[in-house]
Amino acid sequence: MFSRISRLGCRILNETRVAQNSVTKRSISRSSDQNRFLNPMTRFFFSTDTNTSDKAQSDGNQSNETISVTFVDKDGEEKHIKVPIGMSMLEAAHENDIELEGACEGSLACSTCHVIVMDVDHYNKLGDPTDEENDMLDLAFGLTETSRLGCQVIAKPELDGLRLALPAATRNFAVDGFVPKPH
Amino acid sequence: MNAMRRFLLYGQSQRLYSRGFSAASWDPLHVCVVGSGPAGFYTAEKMLKAHEGAEVDIIDRLPTPFGLVRSGVAPDHPETKIVVNQFSRVASHDRCSFFGNVSLGSSVSLSELRQAYDVVVLAYGSESDRSLGIPGEDLKGVYSARELVWWYNGHPDYRDMAPELCNSDTAVVLGQGNVALDIARILLRPISELETTDIADHALDSLRKSTIRNVYLVGRRGPVQAACTAKELREILGMKNLNVHINEADLATSPLDEEEMKNNRIRKRVYELLTKAAKSPLGDNSTGMRNLHFVFFRKPIKFISEDNSTVGSVHLEKTVLKEIGSSGKQVAVGTGEIEDIKCGLVLKSIGYKSLPIDGLPFDNDRGVVPNVKGRVLTSADQMDTKTEQGLYVVGWLKRGPTGIVGTNLYCAEETVASILEDVKNGKLIPASKPGRKGLQQILEEKGVKFVPFSGWERIDLKEKMAGQLKNKPREKITNWNDLLQVAIG
Repeated sequence: MFSRISRLGCRILNETRVAQNSVTKRSISRSSDQNRFLNPMTRFFFSTDTNTSDKAQSDGNQSNETISVTFVDKDGEEKHIKVPIGMSMLEAAHENDIELEGACEGSLACSTCHVIVMDVDHYNKLGDPTDEENDMLDLAFGLTETSRLGCQVIAKPELDGLRLALPAATRNFAVDGFVPKPH
Repeated sequence: MNAMRRFLLYGQSQRLYSRGFSAASWDPLHVCVVGSGPAGFYTAEKMLKAHEGAEVDIIDRLPTPFGLVRSGVAPDHPETKIVVNQFSRVASHDRCSFFGNVSLGSSVSLSELRQAYDVVVLAYGSESDRSLGIPGEDLKGVYSARELVWWYNGHPDYRDMAPELCNSDTAVVLGQGNVALDIARILLRPISELETTDIADHALDSLRKSTIRNVYLVGRRGPVQAACTAKELREILGMKNLNVHINEADLATSPLDEEEMKNNRIRKRVYELLTKAAKSPLGDNSTGMRNLHFVFFRKPIKFISEDNSTVGSVHLEKTVLKEIGSSGKQVAVGTGEIEDIKCGLVLKSIGYKSLPIDGLPFDNDRGVVPNVKGRVLTSADQMDTKTEQGLYVVGWLKRGPTGIVGTNLYCAEETVASILEDVKNGKLIPASKPGRKGLQQILEEKGVKFVPFSGWERIDLKEKMAGQLKNKPREKITNWNDLLQVAIG
């Protein structure tokens, strides 16, 4: 029981350590809520079983540092990448030359980084979108039940194997549901 | 050698240019984009990426690029302007050149452009307004939203507008879209909040002296049909020191309204926000408190003036909603009951409109250039499907003045797809025209001093430096001569 808790504790410690390292090079796409959430954790956890924790730590440094993410473009072409824990999908896409637009560079002022989470299980593991994100999703083209903004989806271990589809451009450009008169 | 050069260029240009399409031809393709707003820049970007021989020249009648991102987006929405970083990277691309201070019509004609370039894409947007066509529209104090927005955003054509902000405490805005909300916000925000934005200096001065304390946002139809979107509505409803007045009776919905909301997530969320605001208690009317009124089911029929010169009130007719046939769409129909709102300032925020130019077919009803997927049609006659060779359209000029910055992404994709298809099918013969050299020759012959992108960068730097002294992101240069002097001195 204790060893399980200490393993969990170490995993969280590792995540916060890795995330803190990544935080320093993070750009504005990083949610500040995450920072506040992660820092207090380091003060609370300690391990009682040093053997298990050492093993967990060395394992953790390799497997928990990145997750596998697959981007599927509108033609069905897949690209498999590794995303460090704590990085947003928008940033990860740009670092891997994936064509995900980011007009406002992660400031929740556009919907161009709209992605569709292909597995409902993964979608449910994401925190609920904030009002601000929902406001922008309202305007996204090809909106689905599992749509999110790429700049707000942050890599965490539970998302390993995440599959994200880039939405196909639609012919309906209207923001407000206006249907143009046929011409 | 070729591979090495490509590798070096890859390193220079941003990541998005690393992939070309396998169908791309290396023959040079001379493209001219008229207009440097989002439509123009997204088109240029996609053209450069999809066709490795494409040389794109972007012209704009202003010395400054970026269209409405610079002159339309509100000063208190800086995040929406971040997209200029992406556009700047496009302009700095090897195969792209910006030509500011070049006006279609006076500096160069449409036929001259079509003779110089294989492809001409018109992206010059909508620089005029829909009009109401009611008496009193010419009175002092009655302006279009576009004019006021250009004025507070420092557009050089409107710096001397001097709108009437001091002859009453009430402004009426006709329309309830996001532009109407922008205007209400700028008129009602405490000055201290505007002082740290990139709002034009002359506007800040006038707003400091403004006596406007009440703004009415008037819509012909109901809250379910209000054209604004959730983010902007949430923002204005959350403003400090602002009483928001909404008549609860106006929130009653019909089955058609419910149907409209069921199919439209945006409408539903806007309606919910308005409902919540209507139920919130009002603060007292202490000093510093300002008032925003959402008025529904009213259409303007006349502007009244006491002195025959400046507007003094708006006559509004109450409306009810009526369905068009069985389309599910509802229009406002007058009931004959009249109401008055006393005011000293009226802003018509009922839609922009594009301007036709010589030699260009134009659909006067919709205010757009007739086209099919961005290919310009030879005539506005619906029976005629012949298209103009090498002439395309994108953005508001193609779709009408709706949508957001990002809407142009998909619009540009469609137009560029049409261009590439025409190249592939031999409908255009690349490299048969002089391109950039041709334009430069025309401009030299006419003595037009164009502004290159580096000229804009000088303006940009000067504005940012001047802004630093005043704790603003930039202090815009709003005088034509000053802009040209700084850019090409």
